[in-house]
Amino acid sequence: MLGFVGRRLLYLIPVVLAVTVLTFFIASLLPGDLAVTMLGDQATPEAVAALHKKLGLDLPLWQQYLHWLGGALSGDFGTSQRTGETVLHAIAGRLPVSLELMVIAELGGLLIGVPLAILCAVRAGSELDRVASAAAFGTLSVPPFLLAILLIFLFAVQLNWLPATGYVPLSEDILGNLRAMALPGLTLALLEWPAIMRILRSDMISTLQENYIAMAKAKGLSQRRILLVHALKPSSLTLVTIVGLNIGRLIGGALLVETIFALPGVGRLLVEAIFLRDFIILQGGVVLVAIGFVVVNFAVDLLYAALDPRIRHGHA
Amino acid sequence: MATLDAALDREVPVAAAERRRPGLGALFWLAVAWIAIVLLLALAADLLPLASPFKLTLDARRASPSAQHLFGTDALGRDILSRLIHGARISLAVGFTAPLLGTVVGTVLGVLAGYFRGRFETLAIAATDVLLAFPPLVLALAIIAYLGASVVNLIIVLGILTIPAVTRVARATTLSLREREFVIAARALGASHARILRREILPNVLVPLGAFFLLLAAVTIIAEGILSYLGLGVPPPAPSWGSMIAEGRDSLAVAPHVAFIPAAAMFLTVISINLIGDTLRASIDPRRSAL
Repeated sequence: MLGFVGRRLLYLIPVVLAVTVLTFFIASLLPGDLAVTMLGDQATPEAVAALHKKLGLDLPLWQQYLHWLGGALSGDFGTSQRTGETVLHAIAGRLPVSLELMVIAELGGLLIGVPLAILCAVRAGSELDRVASAAAFGTLSVPPFLLAILLIFLFAVQLNWLPATGYVPLSEDILGNLRAMALPGLTLALLEWPAIMRILRSDMISTLQENYIAMAKAKGLSQRRILLVHALKPSSLTLVTIVGLNIGRLIGGALLVETIFALPGVGRLLVEAIFLRDFIILQGGVVLVAIGFVVVNFAVDLLYAALDPRIRHGHA
Repeated sequence: MATLDAALDREVPVAAAERRRPGLGALFWLAVAWIAIVLLLALAADLLPLASPFKLTLDARRASPSAQHLFGTDALGRDILSRLIHGARISLAVGFTAPLLGTVVGTVLGVLAGYFRGRFETLAIAATDVLLAFPPLVLALAIIAYLGASVVNLIIVLGILTIPAVTRVARATTLSLREREFVIAARALGASHARILRREILPNVLVPLGAFFLLLAAVTIIAEGILSYLGLGVPPPAPSWGSMIAEGRDSLAVAPHVAFIPAAAMFLTVISINLIGDTLRASIDPRRSAL
């Protein structure tokens, strides 16, 4: 197990480094001159040149990168020249919103997907199974923004139950916060459940054909016990991976949903950074999000290896 | 003879089960018909007797569907049907060309990685891991912000985003193929690597990738819609389904059709492509998955 962890960790280092290199160069390619942005259009060339020197922008790109990497390794991802905020501070301020959204989305997706999957697996081929499977297939084809505006139209415009946009911090008003997160959370949950349901259903159908399930039935165990205790756990290996991948993906914020519902999450921070040419936030933000994704994937790999011993001994 | 009869008997239920699936067939052809209609309309957009997609009629803004404007007009009084058909060009052009680009590059990378193994394989897989570690939309937005928004740039960016998945599928398929008897036989007969790759491996890799390509096309159409929705798709006033939906969002309360008509068009197109891909996948896969 320790060898497995070590091999995976050693592999992650070059991957993360490559991510930083790529991010740095993409961010530096973005049009616009930071010094000109800061000083305004009327700045004299001398003032621009002086600021270039001060910010290190006159150095070759690879030196700028090494400089940035040195800072990043000591925990300094830079400071936005536009707002004066450090990258870590900006991300830390936005992360709770994205994390809350992620938790609501995954919980909602599991809450819809898992019971449906179990019901459909038990009665595979039944009317319920066919309807639910068709609904899952259809939902997979719904563009996320269509789902978002559909929910806004229904719950905000027609019924007027929930706000369409805006955000209330959890610490200020719990109810207001939940109301603000309801529609974006529901949008994401409705996008998550089909994959969860389809994977668990097909894994569960094959588990239910195993001999030990027949054995459990022969022993006269209740169906509830067989399903929830004997069948669910061995069927949820792939599910763990899917949910893990989703969490890794949503750690970077749900860019589109946060934008549509005007939530101040990490995804929106990155979009704003692109539109406002805030390279420092963009670089640091993307690298931190990518590290988060890689680390969550690593954790899923470990969890998977812990659940299934066969993986530990294969080549990673 | 007895054993053969028994074997034949056991074949019957399988064949019957296949014949007992008429629902899938009808849906499949409906999906094909929808894609064909959209494709034809998009190709013939300039020949059709349509209103100009750009012409503003300010006295008929957000008009409901009528004989003059079959699908009504948007917030600037432009004919929605005409914009829908012109927008289909962008959705379909990007949706099919970008995955094609990604499939070509990914297949080459994946097949070479799976066939030759070694250092190249490690490097190729690491490269896909790096690309996958990026938040894909942020990567797309950043590159589009640098290159500028145009159909060609959208194709390049969204094409790059499909490379890692194709590379992995192509590599996995190649890995299982390279140990198969016909490949070993070709090698034993003295065939060169180039010949084995071209004649034995590639045709067999392309079959599963064909169905996978449709899945990628569906995802890419949605991704193009998202970029357009966020204002980084094809620049206005050129119509695109994503930007039409974004513009329609502001009139959701007074004229929901402005947003929902292009949204429905995109949904129908995406689900049709998925249905076709799913049916093809099921017919390729002899194991008949439980899904």
